[in-house]
Amino acid sequence: MRAGRRMLDAVAVLIALITVFPIYWMVLSAVKPAGEIQSLDQKPWTLAPSLDAFRRVLAVNDFGRYLLNSLLVALVVVLISGLIAFLAAVALTRFKFRFRTTLLVTFLIAQMVPIEALTIPLFFLVRDVGTVVPGIGLNTLGSLMLVHTAFTLPFAIWMLRGFVQAIPDELDEAAQLDGAGRFTVLWRILFPLVAPGLAAVSVFSFIHAWNDFLFARTFIISAADNQTLPMALLVFFKPDENDWGAIMAASTLMTLPVMIFFLIVRRRLVAGLGGAVKD
Amino acid sequence: MTRVRTRAPLWLLLPAAVVLGGLFLYPMYQLGLLSVLDFTQAQVSGGQPTRFVGADNYTRLFTDPRFWDVLLATVLFAAACVLATLAVGAGLAVLLTRISRIPRLLLSLAAMAAWAVPAVSGSTTWMFLFDTDLGYVNQLLGIEGFNWMYDRYTAFALVGAVVVWASFPFVMVTLYAGIEAIPKSVLEAAALDGANAWRAFWQIMVPILRPVLAIVVIQSIIWDFKVFTQIYVMTRGGGLAGQNMTLNVYAYQQAFASSEYGRGAAIGVVMMLILLAVTLLYLRTLRRSGETL
Repeated sequence: MRAGRRMLDAVAVLIALITVFPIYWMVLSAVKPAGEIQSLDQKPWTLAPSLDAFRRVLAVNDFGRYLLNSLLVALVVVLISGLIAFLAAVALTRFKFRFRTTLLVTFLIAQMVPIEALTIPLFFLVRDVGTVVPGIGLNTLGSLMLVHTAFTLPFAIWMLRGFVQAIPDELDEAAQLDGAGRFTVLWRILFPLVAPGLAAVSVFSFIHAWNDFLFARTFIISAADNQTLPMALLVFFKPDENDWGAIMAASTLMTLPVMIFFLIVRRRLVAGLGGAVKD
Repeated sequence: MTRVRTRAPLWLLLPAAVVLGGLFLYPMYQLGLLSVLDFTQAQVSGGQPTRFVGADNYTRLFTDPRFWDVLLATVLFAAACVLATLAVGAGLAVLLTRISRIPRLLLSLAAMAAWAVPAVSGSTTWMFLFDTDLGYVNQLLGIEGFNWMYDRYTAFALVGAVVVWASFPFVMVTLYAGIEAIPKSVLEAAALDGANAWRAFWQIMVPILRPVLAIVVIQSIIWDFKVFTQIYVMTRGGGLAGQNMTLNVYAYQQAFASSEYGRGAAIGVVMMLILLAVTLLYLRTLRRSGETL
């Protein structure tokens, strides 16, 4: 039994190593000097780490700008989607009204809609809206913020609903007896209590917006300044020779914020998923 | 905020309704509309009037052997990804319950890390690992000069590997949480009765975890059916002569590369209907597992 367990432990560690190996390789290749990257005899280590690739990516190709663009889109999506979802979640848990169940099912189904199939109509919608409101037309970051707010909303509402539900009704009632208005109850009582839930929802929304490739590719056609990371990264793929050092450095830069986010919310993520499953 | 009849919920729901109505419902309607129109570059630029063509886009699609080939490839690719993801995820979830604390922590951290890698970054990294000449894997295997992307099946296999690598952590974490929730006594009793890991898994865990499993399976089907980023990035938009197209990429290329927007929309509708069927299955499973709305 003991030997068996030690064997399983070894297998688990081996699998863990294989799983992180691509990530290790990505970071390693990003800090390898140019000569080693081009080598026909790649080594799984480097004795001369350099930040050249990062410098090339950030300085020459203005990657910092795309990083900021991605960050800006993701943060705006997190804020607006979280706020709208919070209001909707309160409506769905604190009030009884007709079609409430229908709405809930709609939000559930909306999570399953293949948003990729909506690229075509959304492209024309954004194009047409752009002629009226240039800020959210094609080639703008606004268009990306808009669609990702919509895409993250159903899941955010669904998840926040559980968190609002967990706050006892008596709390709002007591506050109202003390003379607090609806608005006060909403912002001073419910909002702070739902904050942990909002944090969890934020991570999902952030990652969704941050990882988006399809819509960035579709909407940002000619405004190079407004590109986001996933598209900017493809610049380093060249017909003659790919600049792998730069590609790996850019990939690392793109992974970093998500990785940090994941580590922070690891526990909550698991709990949230468990909750979503059992809920 | 007592449960009385007021107009308050209306105001609270208004922002969500506006956003979802404008960017979900309306585009869905537009998608359906586009799919029955003759809508190509000429109509987009206003050179020709938009024409209603009824089911033309669909008839042309269904009589095109290319469409059936892509549909079949999509279904097989998704099925292979789902099976592999479930096998790996479930296997590791069981493994997690049988190992010591430190290896368990290491394995779950590794899985979390793989999960966190954005699809584009993951794709580029695996591309480099399997690069024809500079790829570490090719050098290890001694097959320098072998291009994984030339052959339809090796290309699909590599993309599939990236998809599985990115999605098994979700399955593993969810199932592990489910297994941990099973009372220890049940599993111990099985062990006393001489059940090995294999039997304990199929005859005790699977029946108890059926609702969780159903959710994981259907989520995976939905995800893997509409993989876009990995295919688009790794095969440069669908592979040599479009050999690695799936429905999603096919619809995108029809619309944005060939300017056949009506046709692309028709493919989108087909995809939407297939996934809607899967979703209804999901809802039925949820209801059966006792979910109350």
